[in-house]
Amino acid sequence: MEAPNHQWRKIKNVMMQITTLVCAILVITPLCLLFYHLLSSGISALNWDFFTKLPKPVGETGGGIANALVGTFVLLGIAAMVGVPIGVLGGIYLAEYGASWLNRWIRFGADVLNGVPSITWGMVVYALVVVPMKGFSAWAGGIVLGMMMIPLIMRTAEEVLRLVPNGYREASLALGISKWRTILQIVVRTALKGIVTGVLLALARVAGETAPLLFTAFGNRYWNHNLSDPIAAVPLQIFNYAISPYEDWHRQAWAGALVLLLVITLINVSVRVLTRDRFSQSTH
Amino acid sequence: MTSLPENNPAAATSPPRASTTPESAPSKPAANPTPGGTRAPAEIALTIRDLSIYFGTNKVLKEISLDIQSKAVTAIIGPSGCGKSTFLRSLNRMHELVPEARMEGQIRLFGHDIYSANVDPVVVRRRVGMVFQKSNPFPTMSIADNVTVGLRLNGIRDRGLLAERTEQTLRMAALWDEVKDRLRSPAISLSGGQQQRLCIARALAVQPELLLMDEPASALDPIATARVEELILELKKDYTIVIVTHNMQQATRISDHTAFFYLGELVEYDTTSKIFTNPTKRQTEDYVTGRFG
Repeated sequence: MEAPNHQWRKIKNVMMQITTLVCAILVITPLCLLFYHLLSSGISALNWDFFTKLPKPVGETGGGIANALVGTFVLLGIAAMVGVPIGVLGGIYLAEYGASWLNRWIRFGADVLNGVPSITWGMVVYALVVVPMKGFSAWAGGIVLGMMMIPLIMRTAEEVLRLVPNGYREASLALGISKWRTILQIVVRTALKGIVTGVLLALARVAGETAPLLFTAFGNRYWNHNLSDPIAAVPLQIFNYAISPYEDWHRQAWAGALVLLLVITLINVSVRVLTRDRFSQSTH
Repeated sequence: MTSLPENNPAAATSPPRASTTPESAPSKPAANPTPGGTRAPAEIALTIRDLSIYFGTNKVLKEISLDIQSKAVTAIIGPSGCGKSTFLRSLNRMHELVPEARMEGQIRLFGHDIYSANVDPVVVRRRVGMVFQKSNPFPTMSIADNVTVGLRLNGIRDRGLLAERTEQTLRMAALWDEVKDRLRSPAISLSGGQQQRLCIARALAVQPELLLMDEPASALDPIATARVEELILELKKDYTIVIVTHNMQQATRISDHTAFFYLGELVEYDTTSKIFTNPTKRQTEDYVTGRFG
């Protein structure tokens, strides 16, 4: 063995290590930049009024996005009503009943739906809901977010239901408990935390959607008193403020983005807490 | 082809659905029709005739015929893959969970054909309970809820009845004294042996007429195994038990009759003492003396 050869190998090894390390750091750089920018640009507009007041008319400074915050939660509520039952029941079918050839097609369909651009969803719901109802509405906005949640929830529900050991199903059936009761009371109950986790992640995913809301929920500068009327949402408000020419609105857009990120982070943290509980339980 | 022990098949026409589960005081067999001494003709719980089971085109059980005596323990022995678990699961139609499973022949439980077209497998499983190799108490439920789950999910809401049945079956399973102060704790906080006795209590709570056990002690340590065996001998007073076991000593300790299965066929069926001391077939002798399997 000649020494130079060894030297070259060592250098290659170190170079490889450094390259991968730099790339790994590059991965979290955008996150750090994002937080830094949102904080430095938005924190000045973040005050109590921001959470409790309606937007001020053009030209006046101050005001808040209270209607948009409430609007986002209303939209998520409608979305959950649409997405959770269909997604969970669909997942139950895939995990507990489905024939394998049909399951393959349904799973493939769900994966395709997951990849559909969100603006496409908006157009579809515009044609299906907004046009027949003759106007933008909270319903349309909630439905489009709900439809986007269905494939996400369905796939996670299927995964966690499959993780339930078969012994529990057999034990229940052997007690003379019917199949549907076994599924609802034994299998789903055992997998409940995983299903809730999937629902929360799907909510976090659609909470920041803007494009599909542009021509469904549309946005509203005032409180929404009727779900058949347009409703404000935080991402829409950010969009409207960001494309405006006013300095004060730009600051509010940053603040809105910061709040949205905090809401989504909060959902992700609660998911963490839920899953940690699940693991600690299974080790007993 | 098979020798039936002491019973004649005609005895199978005894009163159908004879109650094998006294409503109160399970440890006192006051209403027992066969008091010690005068031995009445043994009642037949299960009559199995020409039973064949297929999974797809694979014939895993071949024309099995035997009678299982009421209030006795019948052990099923044989090497792995001989079809003994499939046989056991066919007795409460659990083998039907395998999609391409198919059966031929007849199984009568106290005279009733459990495979006739108008019989719901769910109802069969209420009458024929089952305990599995791996203890499987429901992890989301407390000890008490595990015991009563079969009743609650079949619509029984009466709290008094549920509490009474909880104590009664936990006593039968010899678990009451160990858990009576923590009935609300999670079932998975129990030890492995306790969990298995809890599963036995859970199966008994729906008051089945027959109890199937699929190697119930094979995952337990020797002390827990001994407790489960004592329990089986105790339960024999009121229940008909069919048990699959890999452990020959266990079969000799707890069973009255033993069936030896090999390659999907019933090789020999007789009283346990005959099977283990003086078997008729060469294959049986080789297996029980440990020469193969």
